[in-house]
Amino acid sequence: MSQAAFTRGMREAASIPAATLAAGYLGFGALAAGHGIPVAGAVLSTVVIWALPGQLILLEMHAAGAPLIAVVLSVALSSARFLPMTATLMPMLRHERYHGWHYYGAAQLLAMTGWSMALLRFPEMPRSERLPWLTGFAAVCCAASAAATAMGYVVADQLTPLATLGLAFLAPMYYLLILLGGVRERLVALSIAVGAVAGPLALLAWPDWSLLACGLGGGTLAWALDRGLRRA
Amino acid sequence: MHEFAPLVILCWAATYIWRGLGVALARRLDTRGEAFRWASCVAFAMIAGLITQILLLPSGALSGASLTERLGASAVALGAYFLLTRRNLFVGVVAGSLAIVALRLAGA
Repeated sequence: MSQAAFTRGMREAASIPAATLAAGYLGFGALAAGHGIPVAGAVLSTVVIWALPGQLILLEMHAAGAPLIAVVLSVALSSARFLPMTATLMPMLRHERYHGWHYYGAAQLLAMTGWSMALLRFPEMPRSERLPWLTGFAAVCCAASAAATAMGYVVADQLTPLATLGLAFLAPMYYLLILLGGVRERLVALSIAVGAVAGPLALLAWPDWSLLACGLGGGTLAWALDRGLRRA
Repeated sequence: MHEFAPLVILCWAATYIWRGLGVALARRLDTRGEAFRWASCVAFAMIAGLITQILLLPSGALSGASLTERLGASAVALGAYFLLTRRNLFVGVVAGSLAIVALRLAGA
C-alpha cells in the first residue's frame, strides 16, 4: 500500500468529515445509554456494522423487544444500499498492485461518507493511490465514530436529562439532513416521502415489523409511482 | 430482550454481506438496472420511516421533549442546513441539537 496516499486519506478525514460523523455517533451513544444497552455493545456495533441507520434500527428494535429475526432482516434490508455503492466504486478502485482481500477489507470500511468523498476525489487521483487513500480516510472516520459512540454513552449518563436530550437529538438530525440533502432525482424524493409517512403508521400497526413493512411497502409503492410517471 | 453482542454480530453479517457481494459481483452488475432502482427505493423509504418514527413516536431520551419541540428543532436544523449555510452538515446537525435544548428550556 502506498503510505503517502494512506496518510493523505487519514488527514483529509480528520477534520469536517470525522467531526460530522462524530456528532451523529455522539447521539447514537447517548440513545444507546438511554435504552440501557451495554457500552461495549454500542461501540462494537459502530466498529463492525459501521452504518448508522442499521445501528439505529438495531437499537430501536432491540429496545422495543422485537423478535431477533425481524431485527436482523430489517438491518439487512436497510444495508442493501451497500451493494450498488461498493459495486460502483470497484471499477475505480481496481489496480494490479492490490489483491482480493484488499478490496474485501476496504469494503468493510466503506460507508456513506467515505463513498461520497471517494466519488468526488477519485477522478483526479492516480489509480494506484485510490485504495490506500480510501482506507486511510475510512479508518479515521470509523475510529472517530467509535470514540464518539463511547463518549456519547458515558457522557449521557452524567449529564442532566436536558443535555442528554440535545446529545441524543444529533443522530436523527444527522440522517434527516443527509437524506434530504441528497435528493437529486424524483425516485429518491418519492421514496423518502412515502417512507416518511409509512414509518409511523406501520409502527402503530405492527410495531415489530414496522421498518420492514415501511421499506418493502413504501419503497415498492414509490418505485411503482416513479415507473408510472416515467411512462406517462 | 436478547443478548446484545450476539445480535450485533448477526447484524454485522447482515450488513457485510452486501459490501462483500458488491466487491464480488461488481463486474457482472448493472447498478443502474431496475432491480437496483427498486432496492434503493426500499432503503430510502426505510431510513425516512426510521427518522419519522424517531421524531414523531420516540422512546428513550427523546421522549423527554414534546412533539412541537422535536418538530421545531428539526425545522431549525433544516433551515441552518439549507438556508443559512450552503449545506453544511455539521452546522445543521449542531443547530438542531441546540434548538431542541433551547425549545425545551423555553417550554415550547
